[in-house]
Amino acid sequence: MIASLFDLTLCLLILAAAGAAVFGRAAFMAVVFFIVYGILIAIAWLRLGAIDVALAEAAIGAGLTGVLLLAALARITRRIDAPEPSTGPDRTTLATALASLVIASAIAFAFLTLPEPQGLQERVAENLADAGAENPVTAVLLNFRGWDTLLESIVLLAALLGIWTLARDEAWGGRAGPRHVTRPGGVLAQFGRVLPPIGLLVGIYLVWAGSKQPGGAFQGGTVLAAVWIVTIMAGLMQAPRVADRALRAALVIGPVIFLALAVAGVVAGAFLVFPPVHAGWLILAVEAVLTLSIAVTLAMLVFGPPEEEEKP
Amino acid sequence: MIAPSASLLYGLCGAALIGLGLYGFVVHRRLIRRVLAFNVIGSGIFLLFGASSYRDPAAGADPVPQAMIITGIVVALSATALALALIVAYARLAQSGALPEDAAPGADDEDRP
Amino acid sequence: MTSSALPPALALALILTAPLFGALAAMVTGRRGPAIALATVIATVAGILTLLVIIAGDGAFTLAIGGWEAPLGIQLRADGLAAGFIATTALVMGAILAIAGKPFGSGAQERRSAYTFWPLALLLWGALNAIFLSGDLFNLYVGLELLTLVAVALVGIEGKRETLAAALRYMMFALMGSLLYLLGAALLYAAHGTLDIALLATRVGNAPGDIVAAAAITAGLAAKTALFPFHAWLPPAHSGAPAPASAMLSGLVPKASFYILLRFWFEAAPDIAGTSVLMLLGGLGAFAMIYGSLLALHQDRLKLIIAYSTVAQLGYLFFVFPLAGGESAAQPWAAGAWSGAVFHALSHAMAKASMFLCAGLIIEAIGHDRLPGMKGIVRALPMTVFAFALAAITLMGLPPSGGFTAKYLMMTASFAAGQPFWALMLILAGLLAAAYLYRPLALAFALPDEDAPAPKAVSRARQAAPLVLALAAILLGILSAGPFAFIQIGRPGAAVEGLE
Repeated sequence: MIASLFDLTLCLLILAAAGAAVFGRAAFMAVVFFIVYGILIAIAWLRLGAIDVALAEAAIGAGLTGVLLLAALARITRRIDAPEPSTGPDRTTLATALASLVIASAIAFAFLTLPEPQGLQERVAENLADAGAENPVTAVLLNFRGWDTLLESIVLLAALLGIWTLARDEAWGGRAGPRHVTRPGGVLAQFGRVLPPIGLLVGIYLVWAGSKQPGGAFQGGTVLAAVWIVTIMAGLMQAPRVADRALRAALVIGPVIFLALAVAGVVAGAFLVFPPVHAGWLILAVEAVLTLSIAVTLAMLVFGPPEEEEKP
Repeated sequence: MIAPSASLLYGLCGAALIGLGLYGFVVHRRLIRRVLAFNVIGSGIFLLFGASSYRDPAAGADPVPQAMIITGIVVALSATALALALIVAYARLAQSGALPEDAAPGADDEDRP
Repeated sequence: MTSSALPPALALALILTAPLFGALAAMVTGRRGPAIALATVIATVAGILTLLVIIAGDGAFTLAIGGWEAPLGIQLRADGLAAGFIATTALVMGAILAIAGKPFGSGAQERRSAYTFWPLALLLWGALNAIFLSGDLFNLYVGLELLTLVAVALVGIEGKRETLAAALRYMMFALMGSLLYLLGAALLYAAHGTLDIALLATRVGNAPGDIVAAAAITAGLAAKTALFPFHAWLPPAHSGAPAPASAMLSGLVPKASFYILLRFWFEAAPDIAGTSVLMLLGGLGAFAMIYGSLLALHQDRLKLIIAYSTVAQLGYLFFVFPLAGGESAAQPWAAGAWSGAVFHALSHAMAKASMFLCAGLIIEAIGHDRLPGMKGIVRALPMTVFAFALAAITLMGLPPSGGFTAKYLMMTASFAAGQPFWALMLILAGLLAAAYLYRPLALAFALPDEDAPAPKAVSRARQAAPLVLALAAILLGILSAGPFAFIQIGRPGAAVEGLE
């Protein structure tokens, strides 16, 4: 069967890319292979009928994680970034390899002996009309399991606070990240002029379409974050100060409104409820503010803590 | 239409990725490589999870695991971002990309390119 | 169930969202951390009091978030166990936030750690409350990740080389722990189509998938609870942070993963437990107890003694698995063993947080926490030393403390179960705790050196915070009948009449 041959090839490519990312000697090449690996995984998600996950994996798993890894590598000095010393196979690595093999086999065995699937496809479909989103994944994310998503949007902020707390005391309050110096005529500067309008459109479309088709706040937010990051790296804009009130308000507005909606349910003796009559526009509104907060948070995660000393 | 055996294939691929990442997480001394291995394990788990929820192609993909996986991807990104920032901050102070207990004897020689 | 749905929903909404709102507000405003923390304490405590009254009067209840029943939605579960942990957490957080105003107060200019401490501390509280109320294994995963990232950030908040190394080491263990937990949750959903704890209880069996899942979840949570051999990250992480952060990290954070273990083994998958697995968990706990105690004896810094003591004290939480799990679950002593472990978790939370706060005040007074410098500190800090001594009584398990009640319950269960080994270990643990806590106490009461610099003064009000916690841990022992009955409310298999 053609389909199976394609799937088999894809799986082998995924394993090869993962192998290169894990075993490769030079850290830079390992990261490059990791990004390739992420894109291949995104294709696998398409094959598994999960377009929303494919978008999330491509944008966040491969794209943003790859950018974060590359940025971290660039910030660590050259000496530290030297390739792993080639230690021949000694006892520990052999034991680790054996243990990993045993664990992977146990997981594979558990997977192969799973009972008949009892998914929630039907239950989701039955309740979709009351959920306010036609895309079942969006309905699960925002409504059926909205509490997960609300907490998750706060997890992003927790990571950002953790990163900010790594700033040096002298640099506190200043612009996030190192200063980006770009040649005015360089490729990045050109790219930075062309990309933002296109990216802006794509990002907003992903959020707007997300209630009916694949897409949503996290995928759209990532695209918007990417636009902002490129604009700043191209030198067209400066990164905001971490002490900037407007920045901080943008970071929290999504989770705050989501939390407020959760509390409003108390009036009906419930928690985090979208009344079916209003669910449609409420979900779109929550997604819109969440997208803004997610985009700003993701971009700030990439910039990192303020590095330059603040001059009062 | 995807054959039922294909979801099996992706599930096993996920299990293999978990093993591969686990090996990398344990043997690497450089923290940045361990974070990378963490992400390989994570996507392996997600792939296994997604494949298991698509075993019955007639029923279509189960949206609940998909939503959980998207949540998981964002959580993994948050953890990765914090871990990498810690590594950068630590490397600045300690001039090392590995924890003190993992720095092999004579690591100074080995660390040269 | 209550007649009106409003009060329970309001109580849960306050408990779940007040700390999160507080954290977000502190993240925006910058220099108003202490005031926001105070408002958060008031709102959360109002919710908790309502919840305690509802549960004591009408019994345990569940609330389907968004009105979506499991398996489609997430259920909040409010029972005696959840409320007990939530109430204890609020007490500990209140004391910590009260004392943190000075070290993390902002002047005219916003400072880095004075800014990040408040939202991080409030997020930690919000994550704990979310975990204690959640009835869904994936939702617990998200809560646990929130807790872990915040905890790692707090470990590294001083920004020194050693604390960053401690934070990274913790992060590596925590990352692996999360992945294992996630793997287990994925396999359980794949097999049973739900991650709701109550539904899983009727579906989980002994299939290979279930066993691999249980093993992965247990190993992942054990790594986050610092069970031997996953303990290496704990002492440097807990002792390196500033005292208010240490108090949260040592008193509260490991309790969350232990709480999930309790929920998993006794509620989600009660039938899966093999005797050998339960013995292994108990045995690792015993090992941790001896190892942590011996290392605590060898430390020369107060905070390290307290941190190694945590490794030991967390160890014997795990005695609950052989005593109340598997075949023991149906036996009459199981309730005693289970309650003993819960009492130990709660009294340790209060006593350990109190000790770290005491250590922080001592550092404020003498500038460091090396043991010789503590000589005669009782003259400068009488209330603090008294609080430390009371907390020590709880950790040693002497009457009339909550620690004593915990040990008494667990020892009775261990003799009834015909497993006297655990009782022996508990006695040994008490003796070792007495040994490693004797040194700092003896020094504190000794005559100060003539040439020692005069300690700086610490206000009475701030010395009161650890004293309140230490007294609460003692009161938990004196008034143990009430809390004992309360935590049984809603416990599966608990023989309490008139409740579901």
